[in-house]
Amino acid sequence: MHAWLISDSPASRLQASAGRFYRAGGLLLRNPLAVAGVLIIGLLIVTAIFAPWIAPESPVGQNLSNRLLPPSADHWMGTDELGRDIFSRVIYGSRITLMIVALVAVISAPLGLVIGAISGYFGGWTDRVLMGLTDVFLSMPKLIMALAFVAALGPGIENAIIAIAITAWPAYARIARAETLTFRNAEFVSATRLLGASHLRIIFAHVLPLCTSSMIVRVTLDMAGIILTAAGLGFLGLGAQPPLPEWGAMISRGRVFILDQWWVATMPGLAIILVSLGFCFLGDGLRDVLDPKSAGKS
Amino acid sequence: MSFNPDVPSMRLARFARSLGGFAVVTALTFLGLLAITFFIGRVVPIDPVLAVVGDRATNAQYETARIAMGLDRPLIVQFFSYVGDVLQGDLGTSVSTGRPVAQDLVRVFPATLEMATIGIIIGVVLGVPMGVYAAARAGSWSDQVIRVLALLGYSVPAFWLGLVGLAVFYAGLGWVGGPGRIDVFYDGLVEPVTGLLLVDSLLDGQMDVFRNAFHRIILPATILGFFSLAYIARMTRSFMLDQLSQEYVTTARVKGVSETRVIWGHAFGPIRVPLITVIGLSYAGLLEGSVMIETVFSWPGIGNYLTTALFNADMNAVLGATLVIGAVFILINKVSDVLYRVLDPRSR
Repeated sequence: MHAWLISDSPASRLQASAGRFYRAGGLLLRNPLAVAGVLIIGLLIVTAIFAPWIAPESPVGQNLSNRLLPPSADHWMGTDELGRDIFSRVIYGSRITLMIVALVAVISAPLGLVIGAISGYFGGWTDRVLMGLTDVFLSMPKLIMALAFVAALGPGIENAIIAIAITAWPAYARIARAETLTFRNAEFVSATRLLGASHLRIIFAHVLPLCTSSMIVRVTLDMAGIILTAAGLGFLGLGAQPPLPEWGAMISRGRVFILDQWWVATMPGLAIILVSLGFCFLGDGLRDVLDPKSAGKS
Repeated sequence: MSFNPDVPSMRLARFARSLGGFAVVTALTFLGLLAITFFIGRVVPIDPVLAVVGDRATNAQYETARIAMGLDRPLIVQFFSYVGDVLQGDLGTSVSTGRPVAQDLVRVFPATLEMATIGIIIGVVLGVPMGVYAAARAGSWSDQVIRVLALLGYSVPAFWLGLVGLAVFYAGLGWVGGPGRIDVFYDGLVEPVTGLLLVDSLLDGQMDVFRNAFHRIILPATILGFFSLAYIARMTRSFMLDQLSQEYVTTARVKGVSETRVIWGHAFGPIRVPLITVIGLSYAGLLEGSVMIETVFSWPGIGNYLTTALFNADMNAVLGATLVIGAVFILINKVSDVLYRVLDPRSR
């Protein structure tokens, strides 16, 4: 298996790409911070999938006789003002965080990729107009723009996701354009064009796949920012609505009790920090592996 | 420079031309910003009239409001009248305060400026030496600690840090003042000249007001400063590593120059220019970060104004604040861009 994976003359496309993943994975696992990142993200995904089995109690079931209990063996993270087990809510909250992160990535990365690739491939006025638009969005503060969009769309988790995606795509468009420019005049593109391939086919089948590795790095590095923005919107009451156990919204509920019952606001924050740090570590590690030029620099 | 055949007047002309191009780009960016706020205000809401009059309005009231808001006109006409209004400093009237939004913003802006300025000073004074130190000892324990600390700046929610900071340093240890800008007792004692409370109280010679204000600003400003520290330290480290791997550094070391001189005398020179851009970007970023911090600390600045307006569904105020923060953000970005060009000998 090992020999098949690292073979210098792969017999099939599958073997070549499997080999590439294998080597990149091997490099990644030699970086301690990246390993920590992989473990944290793995933990997040496992927690999200198996939430009902991990959480000791229901995330929404109220029990007013257990209000605001401090952390103990029964309630690892204490209970909130409605007697709900905070640990269970944090566990279920991982589903919401994962969903937000995944949806934002699924919406904004392809959007940015396509806009950037079209812009770089065609050049000229197409490029100028699309990049002008991108630059305007890039020069805006992201959080403020997301806030204004949610204010107009109305609060709610779907609208928060849309607003964050709207602020996230321009960075990807910039990267995709820069990558496309380096391939545009490459011989394999000219060869494909001579074979009669349409512009769309060249962009989607030949240019875009080459942009993916730098895109993966960038998206991973952006994840922390996306999580923080989503939590911020939740904190302001513009994101996920109660009783959904979204971490930012939970901190917002605990705000009133911060001076006496510190655990209500503190615990969900620790979850946010852990997951964001995980994405930062993983993103840094991936960049070192996939983009060796900047390896070693923070 | 001695090989440069340019006569000064030609260089000046080129500089003027690049400045002209810069002005056009900046103007277009501002127009883009206006287009975004216009879009958010008029196109995104399903019914902007309903957002203003509420859902209990009669048909007649609705129709009057619609015409008063100019929504019966074509979108492009509406856009240009919006741009015209903004250029004249008219951002509409705030529903919640009843005053013109522009007037409100002028009143609240100094509070944010004061906090962000102290924040950036903390970020620069601590962040740059930390970045240099980490780069000089790359791979060591202290480097790892600084790296993780910098990454924490990307992973800790500002509002959470604010709450925990209040619980620990205000309620627990009593080292700093609570939320708000000044004790009620001292409120209004100082005549606002600059709007910056610390400066005004010093000008007025009221030391106890200064001390009280300082007591309250230090925690939110330090938390803001931590975020700029993280960014500045990370970038400084990366720039410094770049320089330290250059051959001239090796040459200097071979000549026997001390490590301190290599770092501060040789390698630090070239990174000053990119650092200015980083500091500018970070300063602009603090304006954004202040939205969350101000909400937590009830700080009467632009961020708090924005979130209060959000809760009251006061769309004019939301868009006005968004516009001003966006404009300042763009302006700082562009100015640091120009500074970079002016200061970097290679781009002259």
